[in-house]
Amino acid sequence: MDSEYFFELLCGGLVKGSIYALIALGYTMVYGIIQLINFAHGEIYMIGAFVAFIVSGVLTLTGYGGPTVLLLAAVIAIIYAAAYGYTLEKIAYRPLRAAPRLSPLISAIGASIFLTNYVQLAQTPDFLPFPELITDFDFMEPFSRYVSSVDLVILVVTTLTMIALTVLIKYTRVGKAMRATQQDAVMARLVGINVDRVISATFIIGSALAAIAGVLIASRTGQINSAIGFMAGIKAFTAAVLGGIGNIPGAVLGGLVLGIAETLGAGYISSAYEDVFAFGLLVLILVLRPAGLLGKAVKQKV
Amino acid sequence: MVMESNKLLEVTGLTMDFGGLRAIDQVDFSISAGEIVALIGPNGAGKTTVFNCITGIYEPTAGDVVIHAPGLAPRRINGMRANRITSLGMARTFQNIRLFPAMTVLENIMIGRHCRTSTTILDAILRTRKSVRERHETIEESYRLLAKVGLAEVANEFSANLAYGAQRRLEIARALATAPFLLLLDEPAAGMNPQETRELDELIVRIRADEQVAILLIEHDMKLVMNISDRIYVMEYGKGIAQGTPREIKENPRVIEAYLGEEVHA
Repeated sequence: MDSEYFFELLCGGLVKGSIYALIALGYTMVYGIIQLINFAHGEIYMIGAFVAFIVSGVLTLTGYGGPTVLLLAAVIAIIYAAAYGYTLEKIAYRPLRAAPRLSPLISAIGASIFLTNYVQLAQTPDFLPFPELITDFDFMEPFSRYVSSVDLVILVVTTLTMIALTVLIKYTRVGKAMRATQQDAVMARLVGINVDRVISATFIIGSALAAIAGVLIASRTGQINSAIGFMAGIKAFTAAVLGGIGNIPGAVLGGLVLGIAETLGAGYISSAYEDVFAFGLLVLILVLRPAGLLGKAVKQKV
Repeated sequence: MVMESNKLLEVTGLTMDFGGLRAIDQVDFSISAGEIVALIGPNGAGKTTVFNCITGIYEPTAGDVVIHAPGLAPRRINGMRANRITSLGMARTFQNIRLFPAMTVLENIMIGRHCRTSTTILDAILRTRKSVRERHETIEESYRLLAKVGLAEVANEFSANLAYGAQRRLEIARALATAPFLLLLDEPAAGMNPQETRELDELIVRIRADEQVAILLIEHDMKLVMNISDRIYVMEYGKGIAQGTPREIKENPRVIEAYLGEEVHA
């Protein structure tokens, strides 16, 4: 009985954690390349969820089935969010590239507030019901106590996305350019890499991941509003720091650890303290391993 | 006047100020096809700053940097972005080694091919004929360059694990991977033992012949400089004080006073 309850919580934690991980990847990739905490990243995720909501609302009227609608909505949400991420970098961060590090950070916070309010005004501040587009699979019936069909979709999609990202970064031309820029941006320019374009690509990829996360979580919780980006953003940021900011496997690990810790804490102690467990864990890790779980301590130059 | 059209790089009146400090003051020099030209001078003379000005790291305060890329009209490149200058055909190495430490030796070279390839994410996903061909060409060319600098056996090692001399050679090979017509080497022999320096000497001469590049180098090792240079420019306190063949420079009293006489460099 007890171990069954634990297993149930563990599965819930994994699902939650994999979503955190998807968003955390965007934070960590951007940080790795331009050492900026993109605080508006959570809002990109929110916009992804909103676009999917609008598109699926329209498409449902045309009479397509749930999965088709979800797929189309996700594709359009990804394109939209990527465009927002690209534009955000052009408008809010690129002009401040040479400025002291605090300036783009403040610009990021400003962009975050702006986007939240923009969606609130353009759409609505109310919670909107996100349609149930993923119907229960029959073969999931025996396991439904632990993992719902939506959860299964989430786990499969996040795993595939992360594999695709790994392949992209390890083996493609763009991925190599991204790694080179991360290791030494000046040298990257000198071997002929257009660093500005690499930065744009990073924002586009990070935003696309956030949009995927937005669509997935909206399908799970069944409701969205213009403020969901804030908490998700903070949690994913926590996950990125937990794993070691700038480190891509670290973001995934951090997301999973955070999701599981939250769910276990909520399940065994009290769900009222869910956020306390998340941020308590962050404080603990930062005290014990300031560079994060997989982060390397910055070497002192002699 | 006959050889005028062979000029690859022409620098006139190059001046660079940092705040109130004039690091380079009205420096002129040029390099023609097939030449090995050395830029020497005491520490702090402004040699590396000259490199930074012509490779797009700094934007010069004044003066003209004009490159004559083969087959293209002459172009003034002051303030142009470094990656554009590299794709026009000028590559460089650094005094302190700047490899990508968390990449393999092969990847370090392949990244040099970046500006000569154009495979997009979409090409890679669809495995278009272009992407497959470019990948083959990149790997082939990378191995050719690695063999040239004697690093083909360690292609899959992380570059940070290479011995010092090997890292220097890898840096040169990476610069060559960008297919330059002009190669800038900033103290390539720094920290090398006499044996390694002799090998470097041969390598540089061989590269000029095989890769059809002109070479501009900053170097403190006078033996190396005198051995391989066609012409030498001497700088002191940000100004050009002499130029000529190795023989002329050795006998130039100003140079002896400013440089060779004041501090002996092995």
